[in-house]
Amino acid sequence: MTHESLVLSIILFAIGVIGFLVRRNAIVVLMSVELMLNACNLAFVAVSRQLMDMTGHIYAFMVMTVAAAEAAVALAIVVLIFRTRGAVNLDQINIMKG
Amino acid sequence: MTPLEETTFFGYLRWIPALPLIGFLINIFSARGETGHGRASKVHWIACLAPFGSFLIALLSFSRLLELAPEARRLTDTVFTWIAAGDFTANLSFSMDPLSAVMTLVVTGVGFLIHVYSVGYMHGDRAYARYFAYLNLFMAMMLLLVLGDNLLLLFLGWEGVGLCSYFLIGFWYEDPEKAYAGLKAFVVNRIGDFGFLLGIFLLFWSLGQKGIWTIDFHTIQAHASLLSPTVITAICLLLFMGAMGKSAQFPLHVWLPDAMAGPTPVSALIHAATMVTAGVYMVARMHFLYVTSDFAMQWVAWFGAFTALFAATIGICQNDIKKVLAYSTVSQLGYMFVGVGVGAYAAGIFHLMTHAFFKALLFLGAGSVMHAVSGETNIQKMGGLRSKMPWTFGTFLIATLAIAGFPPFSGFFSKDEILWQAYASGHGSTALWAVLWIGAAITSFYMFRLTFLTFFTKPRDHHLHDHAHESPSVMTIPLALLAVGAAVAGFLGIPDSWGLGHNLFEGFLEPVFGKPHPGGHFSHSTEALFVGLSVAAGLAGLILAWVFYVRSRDIPVRLARSFPLVYRILLNKYYVDEIYDFLFVRPIRVLSEKIFWKILDAGIVDDGMVNGTARFFQGAARLLRRIQAGDVQSYGFAMIVGVLAIVGFMLLQ
Repeated sequence: MTHESLVLSIILFAIGVIGFLVRRNAIVVLMSVELMLNACNLAFVAVSRQLMDMTGHIYAFMVMTVAAAEAAVALAIVVLIFRTRGAVNLDQINIMKG
Repeated sequence: MTPLEETTFFGYLRWIPALPLIGFLINIFSARGETGHGRASKVHWIACLAPFGSFLIALLSFSRLLELAPEARRLTDTVFTWIAAGDFTANLSFSMDPLSAVMTLVVTGVGFLIHVYSVGYMHGDRAYARYFAYLNLFMAMMLLLVLGDNLLLLFLGWEGVGLCSYFLIGFWYEDPEKAYAGLKAFVVNRIGDFGFLLGIFLLFWSLGQKGIWTIDFHTIQAHASLLSPTVITAICLLLFMGAMGKSAQFPLHVWLPDAMAGPTPVSALIHAATMVTAGVYMVARMHFLYVTSDFAMQWVAWFGAFTALFAATIGICQNDIKKVLAYSTVSQLGYMFVGVGVGAYAAGIFHLMTHAFFKALLFLGAGSVMHAVSGETNIQKMGGLRSKMPWTFGTFLIATLAIAGFPPFSGFFSKDEILWQAYASGHGSTALWAVLWIGAAITSFYMFRLTFLTFFTKPRDHHLHDHAHESPSVMTIPLALLAVGAAVAGFLGIPDSWGLGHNLFEGFLEPVFGKPHPGGHFSHSTEALFVGLSVAAGLAGLILAWVFYVRSRDIPVRLARSFPLVYRILLNKYYVDEIYDFLFVRPIRVLSEKIFWKILDAGIVDDGMVNGTARFFQGAARLLRRIQAGDVQSYGFAMIVGVLAIVGFMLLQ
């Protein structure tokens, strides 16, 4: 049972990474990040159950909280960028340079 | 000859150099703005009182010295331990033995009079305070030089006076020629000081090899016998190299005539009476080394004799009043070196003292003349100033008689003593005497030529003559006092053979130098013959100068025309400056410009190292900026690659 959960977690994480790297739409990239976070959550919970230790559960809750906050801030930024630049495509928003 | 073991503590000694130093500090910090007209009186009161105070303390120390028994005449004053390293200590301490006492009295006495004279001479100068500050600093350094009781202090003073000399030669630095003269003096002295330092190091190291790490004169003297004769000769020659630089002996004499670019009182104080005699003082101070090396003695004596004659011949043809006196100084310093070189240390120091009087007087007289004729220095344009400035003329004449060696003026006794010792001393010879004797005749000739052309004959430039006036009394009183010194100082050193008792001056210095060693026994009539010969030399010079420059003025012109080569060589000072220019100055300039500047400095240091560093980082940045394109996803990719690399590395471990 744990084994299968971890395999699923890796698959989900890999999909997230690929989505993060290849998709251009900022919203989709954010969704990919969420996917990676939840893949981690799955791994935490699975291992926690295997070891009969509650720490992993608590970590999963914490990640969810952080992910919710992150999603709120990130969507706000995306909305703002869309308003000022009129695009949500990442290759059009290359402003992170010195 | 054993060094004096007894010493007496005398706590006032430190104030002799300290007072002028305080004067310097006060004046240099109040000299802001360079104007100082309103503060002039404050400036010169401080500047003149400081050396006067030193003079009084020197007199006090001198009288204290006389109270002691001759062999115990040594006052010391240790201020603090300056350097302490293992067994080796160097103290900031002063000591006054008869030799230092003579030097101190001359420096403070003549120095004070020249300070007073400067009040008149430098009146209204833009940098009045700066001038007096430097002059006071010079006094402090010179007194440190003569009173310091170890080689390190002597060297400190030695460099200090050299620095002040540089400041004061280039005092009017707006004139590039004067600034260059200061630079030349400094650089030529560096050459001598290079040898001087090597000499000190060699002495310090070779005594250290014997287990005695010291620089203190007394300890060195006590252990000088440990050194091998070869080492002593090497030390003496190296130290003499320093003396050649400082005391302007051939071939390092070239800076002194150019040093006349400074204010005239400076020429009198630094470049005639005191600083340039430091070399003679140093040789006398290290006499215990020189007496053990016959070669070094001969070397010193012959360099002195050659310089004495060499510079005297140049003096014949110079037309600048200060240049004549400058070459005369070089020549007279040569006489002093002959004195110390033949082992007649007292005679050399005696001439140093009388020379300080009459040469300072000559320079101050020349300054007074220049003051009167609005800065003109060419004696061919002067003439007939005798009636216009009687005080200057009278004192100048006394000084001329003294330097030419006419009895009973001071120069007669001192120069005669040197001439006699050059012949009679164990280190002397007839050849040495003959060179000096010819030099004496030439000295008399060029000095009277100077006097006649300046003060006698008809005025050759009426404009100058009409405006000439006697200098203010602040200038003439020092002249008069120095004239008294130039006239009577010689009586301190009347030779034993005159039957008027023991030679006072020699007797006073005997605890330091010991008794002179005569080369043989000479009857009084022989000595009298030599006295007669040297007076005859002076007289011959006087008569010749009178014939040439007063009676028939066309003789020198005709002579110059019939011997154009000789005349040109003398007028151009044997082309020594030109030879140096060709041999050293120009090659160094070319080397500096083509190699050190264009290739080493501009090419390798500036372009290669400094700009190269900048270029490297520019290039690196140009490459690295490509990966920072602002694309979030490529940053993310780099991050993931990094994480994978780290995880992979940890798994492989």
